Amino acid sequence: MNHLFSFSRLFALLAKEMTQMMRDRITFGMMIGIPLVQLALFGFAINTDPKQLPAALVTTSQDQFTRAIVSALEVTNYYRFDYVGISAKDADELMLEGKVSFIVTIPADLSKRVLRGDEPQILIEADASDPSASSGAVSTLSTVAKQALTRALGTQSQQDSQLDIVVHRRYNPEGISQYNIVPGLLGVILQLVMVMMTAMALTREVERGTMENLLAMPATPFEIMLGKILPYLGVGAVQVIVILVAAKMVFHVPFVGSLALLISGILVFISSLVLIGYFISTVAGSQMQAMQMSFFFFLPSLMLSGFMFPFKGMPYWAQMIGEIFPLTHFLRLVRGVMLKGADLEAMRSPMLALMGFTIILVILSLARFRKTLD
Amino acid sequence: MKAIDVRNLVKRFGDKTVVDNVTLSVEEGEISGFLGPNGSGKTTTIRVMCGLLTPDAGEGSVLGYDLHADQLKIKRQVGYMTQKFSFYTDLTIEENLYFVARLYGLSPARTYVRDTLDKLGLTSRRHQLAGLLSGGWKQRLALAACIMHKPKLLLLDEPTAGVDPKARREFWDEIHDLAAGGMTVMVSTHYMDEAERCHRINYIAYGKLLTSGTVDEVVAQAGLHTFILSGKGAQSASRMLQAENGVDQIAPFGNSLHVVGKNKALLETAVNKASHQFDVRCEPGQTTLEDVFIQYMSGSTDNMAEPELEGK
Repeated sequence: MNHLFSFSRLFALLAKEMTQMMRDRITFGMMIGIPLVQLALFGFAINTDPKQLPAALVTTSQDQFTRAIVSALEVTNYYRFDYVGISAKDADELMLEGKVSFIVTIPADLSKRVLRGDEPQILIEADASDPSASSGAVSTLSTVAKQALTRALGTQSQQDSQLDIVVHRRYNPEGISQYNIVPGLLGVILQLVMVMMTAMALTREVERGTMENLLAMPATPFEIMLGKILPYLGVGAVQVIVILVAAKMVFHVPFVGSLALLISGILVFISSLVLIGYFISTVAGSQMQAMQMSFFFFLPSLMLSGFMFPFKGMPYWAQMIGEIFPLTHFLRLVRGVMLKGADLEAMRSPMLALMGFTIILVILSLARFRKTLD
Repeated sequence: MKAIDVRNLVKRFGDKTVVDNVTLSVEEGEISGFLGPNGSGKTTTIRVMCGLLTPDAGEGSVLGYDLHADQLKIKRQVGYMTQKFSFYTDLTIEENLYFVARLYGLSPARTYVRDTLDKLGLTSRRHQLAGLLSGGWKQRLALAACIMHKPKLLLLDEPTAGVDPKARREFWDEIHDLAAGGMTVMVSTHYMDEAERCHRINYIAYGKLLTSGTVDEVVAQAGLHTFILSGKGAQSASRMLQAENGVDQIAPFGNSLHVVGKNKALLETAVNKASHQFDVRCEPGQTTLEDVFIQYMSGSTDNMAEPELEGK
């Protein structure tokens, strides 16, 4: 019989792992429960596209065009003009205090310029300290204001696009989708569950003393590793289905890209996660340690991957750190494919990055695995 | 061919030498006892021999396979029963056995599992979770699992700790059956009655192999002499004897006293003195294995102790 690999030995390990998994009700519940709870929390409670944001209007004129633009902005439901007709200086102070998220400045000579056929300017200043909050509001601005102006001009509608809206925001161009969060959650949930569960699964063997037995029997490191990893890939697949179905049915996230591309991306991503978990388990001495190490990995990757905060909005060094997390690349991939309909050509670099992680992690894990108890 | 033939084994953990220059051989079909105080290196030695640990120095063969090069081959032909129950507590007896059978590539697994369940009387309990079994049944499951692949060498690490006398008796009957069928058995234990059931015993203390041989040989080699004092004055005699030269051990057994010493003349003088002073009857007794082991234990230094304590 082959000393290095045998399917019957792998089958033995897989069958054992599955039976244990099914018998552990709490863990089994967690596999389905975590995605659902997180989806509910992040999907419903956290709103990165807030409406009715407080705004200040700096203007001295009360002509029909100004009124048309202001009321059109209010109709979008993004802006709530709490302060109207105040000075620029007062408005600045309000923003400093966080009382308004936007300052809309309409010049006094707006109507004159419109009627003359010049290109009038409107200035929108957005509070960039909470950049994701303002993105939706800013994105609607241009169309809405132009339409309002056109309507106000009535018959002279040939001049409809003569409005220059200057937006001041020091903010990333990427995070402007209200559907950003749910595809991102796919990555975050997979990461949370996969890394932690795999890390604990192997550590449990060590902690309960069954590792000693396993090593005394003729199972090779590669078989033991596969025996641990494959069942959790299966768990990941179930979670992916749960999340994708929920994204479609509950959150109505559009899916414009290729499902096959998304699934291959997910597969590579999950492999890297399970391997990270496996690697942690070769370092950790107890399940508690494995749990702590998983969180030590989980939190920075959550913060720096672009899930919580727009990636391009972070300083350069933070972006560099963010690049070392598979989640970062997966988020680019999942958002690109689901929302933008990107093809493999466009998604080549995140895909390659994920594959790179996986290969490095396979090597690391095999190197870390101990054939003996030394 | 010897089942186990290892020379000058050394295993260190950090700066602690846990196995110190141990040379050991076990004949095929023999039941070899492995004795020694807690922390003396028994478990480590056994782990080295079943390929779980790599020795830092020393050489030898187990079942004819080289200890360094053929660890996987050794694993396939050795059954190792760990000191702590190490099967899956969340699997049933049957599932645990199926797992082991498949891992060893036993085919058809169903037949092997059924036969093993039958042989060890586990059939009626096969659907019980291993974690819910009592100590005796756990031990039986562990034994079942490590003999299912019909190993040539069985290594048992304190297999009967926490098991009641009846289960222990049955366990040992099983071990003798297996040995009669040609299996070599090496078993570590703390129980003297178990040691006496072995063909040969090896005594290890603090990493060093102190003696080996049959029970009679080991007792004879120790060169101890024993007197048994019995009578009403045994208690008082015990106190007095503690201060006497030539008395190494005093152990009460019910109403009598075992007095053990290395120097026969000194011991005799002390015992005679006691029988004159107190109301005790004094007669020469048989030195037991326990007396020998306690003698060895008090004579060896603890290699795990901190250096500054060792100096005292």
